Amino acid sequence: MQLSTRHLLGIKDLNPEDISLILSTAEQFKEVLQRPVKKVPSLREVTIVNLFYENSTRTRFSFELAEKRLSADTLNFAASTSSAAKGETLLDTVNNILSMKVDMVVMRHSASGAPHFLSQHIPAAIINAGDGINEHPTQALLDAFSIQEKTGSLKGRKVAIIGDIMHSRVAQSNIFLLNKMGAEVTVCGPPTLIPKYIAQALGVNVSYNLKETLSWCDVANVLRIQLERQNQVLFSSLREYSLAYGINRRLLDSLQKEIVIMHPGPINRGVELDSDVADSGQSIILQQVENGVAVRMAVLYLLSGRKTAGN
Amino acid sequence: MQVLLTSDQLEKAISELALCLESAHPDLGAVIFAGIQQGGAVLGARIIEQIQQRNPAQKVQYGQLDITFYRDDIRKEIIAPDTMNMPFNIENKTVVLIDDVLFTGRTIKAALDTLLDYGRPQKVELCVLVDRKEHRQFPIQADYVGKQVETSKTDKVKLINGEVVLIPGQSI
Repeated sequence: MQLSTRHLLGIKDLNPEDISLILSTAEQFKEVLQRPVKKVPSLREVTIVNLFYENSTRTRFSFELAEKRLSADTLNFAASTSSAAKGETLLDTVNNILSMKVDMVVMRHSASGAPHFLSQHIPAAIINAGDGINEHPTQALLDAFSIQEKTGSLKGRKVAIIGDIMHSRVAQSNIFLLNKMGAEVTVCGPPTLIPKYIAQALGVNVSYNLKETLSWCDVANVLRIQLERQNQVLFSSLREYSLAYGINRRLLDSLQKEIVIMHPGPINRGVELDSDVADSGQSIILQQVENGVAVRMAVLYLLSGRKTAGN
Repeated sequence: MQVLLTSDQLEKAISELALCLESAHPDLGAVIFAGIQQGGAVLGARIIEQIQQRNPAQKVQYGQLDITFYRDDIRKEIIAPDTMNMPFNIENKTVVLIDDVLFTGRTIKAALDTLLDYGRPQKVELCVLVDRKEHRQFPIQADYVGKQVETSKTDKVKLINGEVVLIPGQSI
């Protein structure tokens, strides 16, 4: 069985079989990570560059660790310490790196569509590690993996995505994925942070009422307010946002059931999540991070098959 | 297509292998059996079932080894992995690898690589149902063999409908 795509640019391009294949492969890699030797030789002859044009802790470490656990050689690139700061274009930078015989590119970029652009011009396999407000496919895959692990399956699961839907690539990738796998999605947040026609465009429910949404869902995936992507005033203050859309212990206790709390990180404690929620037994935030390595190993492994031209 | 082992002969070969393994390992607690996915895991389950039946007091330790991530032909084709199940401490134990067909020896080489990532066994043995002896590409031999067969390199040996058959390859 093979993936239907050569790159992982977004969940949008995947079919349900691709997603199932990645998740089942990730399960096997999760087993690898529990062994005394947490490493397999599968990608021994593959070289991967991690191109991060935007800040990241979790995703960069997670990819780097996944690559090392697969025995690949890795190069790390951060825009701030590279020649990009001297004015080199994206394509020039990448072509220079590829001329050093690199097989795969993992890229994060603040411009939506940057990895798609790159895929049209270079032969290497590209994995999108987040592009602007478009997609963050490996995050959606690890979220799905974590939901499946915690609750048994994705099909029929009720998932709420709460917060800054407008500026969130995590939300978009999650919606695509959950829809394809038969889960039901409700997005919830202040009207200014939810795109106007999202219900029609992406087939999700929209709610502006946090308590109603939490009572409906099995899983709540809580997002951060992406202040770095907002250039106008969309709500009056973080304090006010927190009063209306922050999740605290009292609110969770008032529900009739126990729901699963997720967050892609980084958390702004006291804004979207209170500490006694984030650190509680209901939260699977750290499991998400752990699963991230296994899921990224699966993606890298499954996309490593076709070597670049000239090799 | 030529039948190498009829279903009766297959049954007999499995019983013989089970008896052999049992008499070679009087202390079943010190042995871990590992079937190699997928054929070896199926065969292993049948062998272990017999050993277990005769030794109800001792739980026979049987796991499944998936070698997908250790294959040396991985770049030619990406293969989705099978289930790995080795919930034992193999440190200083005897491990018996079980596979259906021993051919080039590459699968066993990969299985040894896989196994060593779980610890350092005191000894590793190999049990196979069918040995295609003349085609080895690595210096690997089996300790317990169900049946040794002569084949040509392009032939395929498979378990189909409860029989072990030889499917002749294209002669060049």
